[in-house]
Amino acid sequence: MIRPVRFTEDVAALPTHKFGPSSLTWWGIIGFMVIEGFAFGLVFAAYFFLMGHEASWPPGGRAPPNLLAGTLFTILILLSEIPNTRIKLAAREGDVPAIRRLMPLMVGIGLVLFVIRGFEFNSLNILWTDTAYGSVIWALLLLHTTHILTDWYDTVVLAMLMRTPLAYEGRRLVDTDENCLYWRYVWLLWLPIYLLIYWVPRL
Amino acid sequence: MTPYDPRADEQRLARERKKIVRDGPDLTGARLATRLERAWNRPPGLLGWLATVDHKEIGRRYIVTALIFLALGGALALVMRLQLARPDQDLVGAARFNELFTMHGSTMMFLFAVPVMEGVAVYLIPLMLGTRSTAFPRLNAFSYYMYLFGGLMLWGAFVLNVGPDIGWFAYTPLSGPQFSPGKRADVWAQMITFTEISALAAAVVLVATILKCRAPGMTLARMPLYAWAMLVVAVMIIFSMPAVALASSMLISDRLVGTNFFNAWEHGDNLLWQHLFWFFGHPEVYIIFLPATGFVSVIVETFCRRPVFAYPVVVLALISTGILAFGLWVHHMFATGLPRVGYSFYTAASMTVAIPTGLQIFCWLATMWDGRPRLQVPMLYVIGFIVTFVIGGLSGVIIASVPLDLELHDTYFIVAHFHYVLIGGAVFPLLGALTYWFPKITGRMMDDTLGKIGFWMIFLGFQLAFFPMHFAGLLGMPRRVYTYPAGLGLELPNLLSTIGAFVVGASVVLFVVNALWSYFRGVPAPDNPWGASSLEWAVSSPPPVYNFQHIPVVESRTPLWDEPDELPVVTGLRVDEKEMLMTTVVAAAPDLREPVPLPSLWPLISAIATGVLFISSIFSPWAVAVGAIPAAIALTAWFWPKELKRHPEPVLS
Amino acid sequence: MSFDYQKYQSAFGNAGVGNHQFLVLFAIFLAVCAIMYVAVILFLVGGLLRRRRAGEANVVESGRHLRSDPLMRTGLIAWGAVVGIGLVALAIASFITDRLDAQAAAQPKLTITVTGNQWWWDVQYNASDPSKTLRTANEIHVPLGIPTRIILRSNDVIHSFWVPSLAGKEDLIPGRETDITIVPQRAVIFRGQCAEFCGVQHAHMALVVDVDPYPEFVNWWQRELRPAAAPTNPLVLAGYRVATQRQCASCHTIAGTPAGGNVGPDLTHFASRRSIAAGMMPMSEGNLYGWVADPQSIKPGTKMPTIGLEPDELHAVVAYLETLK
Repeated sequence: MIRPVRFTEDVAALPTHKFGPSSLTWWGIIGFMVIEGFAFGLVFAAYFFLMGHEASWPPGGRAPPNLLAGTLFTILILLSEIPNTRIKLAAREGDVPAIRRLMPLMVGIGLVLFVIRGFEFNSLNILWTDTAYGSVIWALLLLHTTHILTDWYDTVVLAMLMRTPLAYEGRRLVDTDENCLYWRYVWLLWLPIYLLIYWVPRL
Repeated sequence: MTPYDPRADEQRLARERKKIVRDGPDLTGARLATRLERAWNRPPGLLGWLATVDHKEIGRRYIVTALIFLALGGALALVMRLQLARPDQDLVGAARFNELFTMHGSTMMFLFAVPVMEGVAVYLIPLMLGTRSTAFPRLNAFSYYMYLFGGLMLWGAFVLNVGPDIGWFAYTPLSGPQFSPGKRADVWAQMITFTEISALAAAVVLVATILKCRAPGMTLARMPLYAWAMLVVAVMIIFSMPAVALASSMLISDRLVGTNFFNAWEHGDNLLWQHLFWFFGHPEVYIIFLPATGFVSVIVETFCRRPVFAYPVVVLALISTGILAFGLWVHHMFATGLPRVGYSFYTAASMTVAIPTGLQIFCWLATMWDGRPRLQVPMLYVIGFIVTFVIGGLSGVIIASVPLDLELHDTYFIVAHFHYVLIGGAVFPLLGALTYWFPKITGRMMDDTLGKIGFWMIFLGFQLAFFPMHFAGLLGMPRRVYTYPAGLGLELPNLLSTIGAFVVGASVVLFVVNALWSYFRGVPAPDNPWGASSLEWAVSSPPPVYNFQHIPVVESRTPLWDEPDELPVVTGLRVDEKEMLMTTVVAAAPDLREPVPLPSLWPLISAIATGVLFISSIFSPWAVAVGAIPAAIALTAWFWPKELKRHPEPVLS
Repeated sequence: MSFDYQKYQSAFGNAGVGNHQFLVLFAIFLAVCAIMYVAVILFLVGGLLRRRRAGEANVVESGRHLRSDPLMRTGLIAWGAVVGIGLVALAIASFITDRLDAQAAAQPKLTITVTGNQWWWDVQYNASDPSKTLRTANEIHVPLGIPTRIILRSNDVIHSFWVPSLAGKEDLIPGRETDITIVPQRAVIFRGQCAEFCGVQHAHMALVVDVDPYPEFVNWWQRELRPAAAPTNPLVLAGYRVATQRQCASCHTIAGTPAGGNVGPDLTHFASRRSIAAGMMPMSEGNLYGWVADPQSIKPGTKMPTIGLEPDELHAVVAYLETLK
């Protein structure tokens, strides 16, 4: 520096990782959560906007989506919060063996969810080309599928990384904790989507 | 293979940790500088340049690229003005003209205005906040490449005669599958996707940097007003860009796979497009304007030799403008037949937003009153801004009224209004800001005489070009017409506008000439040529790659004015690996030491993969599935550490 | 290409209730805004020109940069109050104008339906007696001083109906119905133009509004209700044959003849209109020749194809069209 300096405190003792809002990646993840959440919120607004034009919803006497696949999906994804919370706590405690046991379980649950999601697409009882209702229902389901697919893939990559010696790194534990946080967001966001696809057309 | 023994490894790491070299009273000055440079410099050569994560390099790229797009968009404007100089001309036919105004608007709004503001922020914020890097530097690099590729796609299509011709806000059903066959509209919509992802990524970078990476002691209440402006803008981007991304995706989907979001015959609604677009579109103009108010605050402070009057009022004005901006969008839709009662709310909101801006203006003027203004080139641009922008703001108040807007909507009065607020309100402060920070960025001063001439040319040329447009609109000239008939009284305003436009064009050329000449032959700049107060002026011009040898500590809003002799600093950061300091959100107490990523080609490769995905999805929906695979691989490789060995302290490679 | 009614495409025309209200309100807004602007400039110039002795200014060089003139605090509050009150006053003026506009439009005596097409206006006069409904295109006749409600629809993209000297504009949106009520106050001819970008020939989608005193308006309507004039000489007859048996009939209607197409403008009284191709050219024999022979070269992209008539066919068609008064 060109001007003379006056030394004050020394920060060498500060940690290089912390959980929660002290972590920089926490802010990145929250940022993306807000972006995605708001995007979904706008799709919800479009849904209600289009619904407001219709005398009946679905319009023209079409059948609403079948409940089975969507409800199964909802139950499974809510149940997945149990291992998810376990992993999150393990990350905070530094319990690497627990993480290594449970993450493949999450990956497997994700695969089952995708299979159910396939059935959901099949049981919407409408094509995306059939009225704006069909388009917005498909849009909701497709966007959420992309959402869960990207998070599942993140989980796969993280699970592989946690099998290496780097799993013991504080920052990797923070990554795991944040990945669990994001999974919570994925199913929390699913709940209103579930209602909009399956229940609002039944009102 | 021996199984991994965490405890033995911990002992090794603890030993190595003790050997780490950190900055401090024993390691300072030139010796410190050499070691920091070794750690922070990127590899030389083309690959190193493509792999940079240095915010200063990325910021400069943003600015240069945005200025090139400004020139391209401006050239289109000059062609349009030639066509409109006289009635019933045929220099440019209808179809080509429609492409010209679409490209002009889209280039200026998406490829110049927002990126240039982002670019200046990306360059400046870490320096102003007293840190060594932005948060997420690789994401920062990625966001530049996405912007570049979106711009290249749009302009490539235009040059190949498949450019969009639907206007920069692409109303349906004109932009839909039935009335815009071919790929022109898809190119426009996908350009949106590129630039929106770029802007959102940059916004996340800025929020994280501003909230978590400030110098110790720089509480939110001591943060420079420019940083406040960029914080508000970044949050606004996060809430507004999803709307346009969603709208453009719905449009591509309607066009490509037959959805019916905007198809009135299948229960869709054309107003859905307008609501979604303008929900983004109105905040967008404040996203462009608020950074300029940040520039004005900084320049007024430096050139009036005192901090801006009533800092808390300015901060509250920034925040309330940011919030109010989201409640105005329906004022773009006053002619669509929605209930008048609803419209009244938007009239009231549109007028209310003038209040915080009016208060900011008072604060700047009060600062001039209380200080000793020096009329150097940046300050001239601020004066030009006030004289010009306020006209635009007042014409905005006029069109906030529904009965007035119903005559003036979609006429040249509106064209006049938005150019007054965008050029007066954003471009003038930008030119002042570029002149102001040019010494910091390049190490040389811009030429003063050329600067003054350039200011007067653009200021006067602008008035000549755009003031007559108010009259053209009142005399009955609608927007987006490639010609107009004689006898309506439109000849004189259009001719004057054309002359003025060329004067503006010449002054932009002059600015660029000044910048280029000064870059090579300008007077070398000291670290603080203007005698300013903020931290970026504490380092050399241009700054070293690591910004600060020691992270500074801040004890007031104007650190360099209040600690003129010695700069207080903290010690203890790593010297041989890239590291920066994170502090708490409000009080900026030292919190964490954060490793800063090494240069990497993965952001570029990911941007290429994502770009290929977006461009090919214009042609087939399957491209989304197939193209996702290379994108996923690139993003995984970006995240995956280069070495699976633990370091004593984290290294992001 | 100038039209004698072209001075009436301006918002200063002051020829309709809507436009009149606009001008009054605009003047009020301009006055208030001008005062605010002058205040800003005076403050700016004052701040720049103010001479202070070096030690007195509140600047960093004198060490007083953290102090402010107490007048400024009062000024800030006063400024905020003035701006707020000014805006409230303007908002109230705006709402009052809204109410006045609504009142003037309250009881329309006539309803017209205008349907926008790329790039022409389809006009239908509604009457309770179906035999009195009238279809025409690109030119509207309305009675002086009487509220006329115009229902707006679109067959393709969004257009906007705007006759500046009469009133503000309103969009024509496919899938929706909007409306505007005009109350003309001068019996002259106005020009309007589509004000929402609607594709390649948006610049040439104009319309003519002819305001007549009520008795003349009624006469016009009676005349328009008559079917097309029958051919009276061989050339015109030949043109009649081309127009009703060839491609023309597939798009255009000429009442009283077999030509019954609905895709293009109604031509029954085409020659009595003042312009061709939605305000693009004045009605004249020469312009008619040009348009019928090759519409694509005059208005590229228009939906009317260039058919390529033989010269004698062209003469005949133009002669026939000229009889459609």
